[in-house]
Amino acid sequence: MARALYIHWPFCLKKCPYCDFNSHVRDTVDHAAWEAAMLRDMEHEALIAGDEALESIFFGGGTPSLMPPALVGALLNRAQQLWGFAPDIEITLEANPSSVETAKFADLAVAGINRVSLGLQSLDDEALKFLGRLHSVDEGLAALDVAQNHFSRVSFDLIYARPNQTESNWQAELTRALGFGTDHLSLYQLTIEPNTRFATDVRRGVFNPLDDDPAADLFEVTHQLTEGAGIPAYEVSNHARHGQESRHNLTYWRYQDYCGIGPGAHGRRGDQATLRHKKPENWLSGVDEHGHGLRKERALSRPEQASEALLMGLRLAEGIAFPMLSERFAIPFDRLIDQDRLTMLRDLGFVWQSNERIGVTSRGMPVLDALLGELVNSELVTA
Amino acid sequence: MTDLSKIRNFSIIAHIDHGKSTLADRLIQHTGGLSEREMSEQVLDNMDIEKERGITIKAQTVRLDYTAKDGETYQLNLMDTPGHVDFAYEVSRSLAACEGALLVVDAAQGVEAQTLANVYQSIEHDHEIVPVINKIDLPAAEPEQVRAEIEDVIGLDASEAVLASAKSGIGIEDILEQVVAKIPSPKGDRDAPLKASLVDSWYDPYLGVVILVRVIDGVIKKGLNVKFMVGETEHLIDRVGCMRPKIEQLPELGPGEIGFITAQIKEVEQARVGDTITTVKGGATEPLPGYKEVQSVVFCGMFPVDAADFEKLRESIAKLRLNDASFTFETESSAALGFGFRCGFLGLLHLEIIQERLTREYDLDLITTAPSVVYRIQMGKSKTEPAGELMLHNPADYPDPSRIDVIEEPWIKAVIYTPDDYLGSILKLCQDRRGIQSDLTYVGGRAQVTYELPLNEVVFDFYDRLKSISRGYASFDYEQIGLRQGDLVKMSILVNNEPVDALSMIVHRDVAEARGRGMCERLKDLIPRHLFKIPVQAAIGGKVIARETISAMRKDVTAKCYGGDISRKKKLLEKQKKGKAKMREYGNVSIPQEAFIAALRMGEE
Repeated sequence: MARALYIHWPFCLKKCPYCDFNSHVRDTVDHAAWEAAMLRDMEHEALIAGDEALESIFFGGGTPSLMPPALVGALLNRAQQLWGFAPDIEITLEANPSSVETAKFADLAVAGINRVSLGLQSLDDEALKFLGRLHSVDEGLAALDVAQNHFSRVSFDLIYARPNQTESNWQAELTRALGFGTDHLSLYQLTIEPNTRFATDVRRGVFNPLDDDPAADLFEVTHQLTEGAGIPAYEVSNHARHGQESRHNLTYWRYQDYCGIGPGAHGRRGDQATLRHKKPENWLSGVDEHGHGLRKERALSRPEQASEALLMGLRLAEGIAFPMLSERFAIPFDRLIDQDRLTMLRDLGFVWQSNERIGVTSRGMPVLDALLGELVNSELVTA
Repeated sequence: MTDLSKIRNFSIIAHIDHGKSTLADRLIQHTGGLSEREMSEQVLDNMDIEKERGITIKAQTVRLDYTAKDGETYQLNLMDTPGHVDFAYEVSRSLAACEGALLVVDAAQGVEAQTLANVYQSIEHDHEIVPVINKIDLPAAEPEQVRAEIEDVIGLDASEAVLASAKSGIGIEDILEQVVAKIPSPKGDRDAPLKASLVDSWYDPYLGVVILVRVIDGVIKKGLNVKFMVGETEHLIDRVGCMRPKIEQLPELGPGEIGFITAQIKEVEQARVGDTITTVKGGATEPLPGYKEVQSVVFCGMFPVDAADFEKLRESIAKLRLNDASFTFETESSAALGFGFRCGFLGLLHLEIIQERLTREYDLDLITTAPSVVYRIQMGKSKTEPAGELMLHNPADYPDPSRIDVIEEPWIKAVIYTPDDYLGSILKLCQDRRGIQSDLTYVGGRAQVTYELPLNEVVFDFYDRLKSISRGYASFDYEQIGLRQGDLVKMSILVNNEPVDALSMIVHRDVAEARGRGMCERLKDLIPRHLFKIPVQAAIGGKVIARETISAMRKDVTAKCYGGDISRKKKLLEKQKKGKAKMREYGNVSIPQEAFIAALRMGEE
């Protein structure tokens, strides 16, 4: 079944004001207890969905670079015993570019990590402060340098479309970033998510998010510059040199199965969605009582799966192979995709279609959510 | 029975917010009608809408027993009348049932136009008027100035006006004493044939139709066979009583008394306001004067947002009509909105109330089209059809313009009363709305201006505009003065080159361009951006008179989406689908239902 494993480490030193991920700040973490619990949660999952060798593992968070390398090593060893590893397995860890964490890179590489995704976020100290980050630009660049020495594949994140950010400002920042020689970049527009400090700030008028029109201009600039540098967008916010895409994340977008362990991790096993307890303490006691951290296993109807496959697949530049989807979910093409809308959106240049595939053009990507609302046949959506 | 000399029937005249309901509550409390515990705020306004908006829609009475300082006990019937011009006819019937009125004026706000209109109506009914200056304990109260205003503006002797604060319970006793001393007792003959005036009626789920009556002559009692003289129906009285404000059954109602009857009537339509009730045997030969057929003044289409709700809407409208015979409805179908109803109302407030009740009490989502008045069109003959006359109350039925000889539209006489700071803007507003000034009087720091205005200019958003430019200080009242010829045309609104029938309206040629521009600008803000540019146009026939463009949407994307985020993304799709269900589609453009309502309420210009 699943050939991808996601491991969630829920702890951060500090909650970033834009982040709505499942992250928690705790004074102390009992690493031995967490190692034991993670292993049990993993074993439970492998028992159900462990019959194929893993092609990717992803440590996400939270801040997984806060994990002791030995803990990472222990989890990887067990995963290899349980599933087996494909020969070219991709093992990614999300890392913060602080000096403390950078010092662990060598050990993490030894533990088995071969790809790092670095949370650089900006090349401007003011912006880093605004984003509530604990590192400086210099620290970040030093971390990048160390990472490139230890890991064969390195990616980093930048957050743009910040309040008042101009086109020339972003152009300069991105051009500099493209010069660092990584083959993968995640470039996110800042979005204000509910229940974050930024949402409160916006409500109170502390700052105004960048308007949609200039944000759309920045999106265009981003696509032009990355394309020109040979690392085009292969997903809405992800850019890679050909062959250097994140295989783990492609699993999600191509709507293939993945196991998710650790607090709040989601998983897909065939027609089943899994969700684990979000709060670290609840997850721990869940593992303690039941031998796993599962909060919910829910059967997904075929129309539901089809809608998820479309939502995810159309984020990719490669689009979706519709005959395959039709077959997989036993739903004819015209009941997957609204044909009138497809024709209209194709004529408007937002969507392309070939014999076997349809996808969203680079013009369509910045309005993808609106396109999905039109394209995905409403029969697939429960409302 | 109560001796006529011990009965006092009176109403309360007050501008909205001047404390009418609070005063009524206080009077009830003072005379022991309800204990403190039973007093829910504003007892007389039953409906939620009445409570929230502070308006009275149905007439209500409450009977109070008051032992005056002279040692005698009096039966006081306090009539709460609808305060709004839309219900002017109901008001006149309520007033006709009384001999006097309390004129309540806010000590800080002074006299308002609505008060004026009602007080003049009261004077026309030969009422004795007892002025009450309310809210005297407010810091901004200027009772002496208001006293002078009552004398100057209305021409009443206010030297004995009661200084009161209904909220704090000041002056309540004085008010009751003045009611007894100043308001005349009713006249009537117990032995004459029964004549009772049907003041108001409403539907009660337990009692059926409840009829509020004022007995003029004779006696009304349980078991009596009565005849409604205008309605020409006969009924057996099965209940007679009064409200205190709790229902109390009585053996009879004699001359001069106000109370209610029930007679197993199922629809209020059978109990028309203004009708005369008499006995089947030996009854009166002539009805009481003053009966009028209610006539709808403002029309609009009401459509269910979800077409599947049509039957529910039909049932709900029918149920509401059980309780309000003054609105009319017939089935209408619109190319874009599907099946719905064309409804007629007494005025704009009445329209809003019905709309709100349908939404709230019957849980319906509605699309309401532009309010329209009734036009009379003289049509020349065509090859296939003879000449004739058409009463047009739906712009969709606007005939081929080449056949129109003459269009006439209803006009009103509007009286506006305002602090004179705002006079300039108000005159301009009236002028812009094709008004003809007929009178302007200055009184102290205030002005009273009378304008003749086409009703179609008023139904649009006149009242909202008036309130906004006068910061709520100007007040307004009107009466209809008949039809006049006008250069009227049908203006269509096109969205993405498709006409939106629900937004078309009939306007005067001179204001069409400005109105069209306003509509287009408004729609530009109300219609969300789409994936393509959308032209919004106003046109008369084939000629575009205004145009705006809604630029294409540029950004709508979830930046981060990994494994766990699928469920959230799916919720987005669900939300989009729900949103779409509330939209109407014209030429690939989804128009939210709020846009229909808001486009027609052109708040700012």
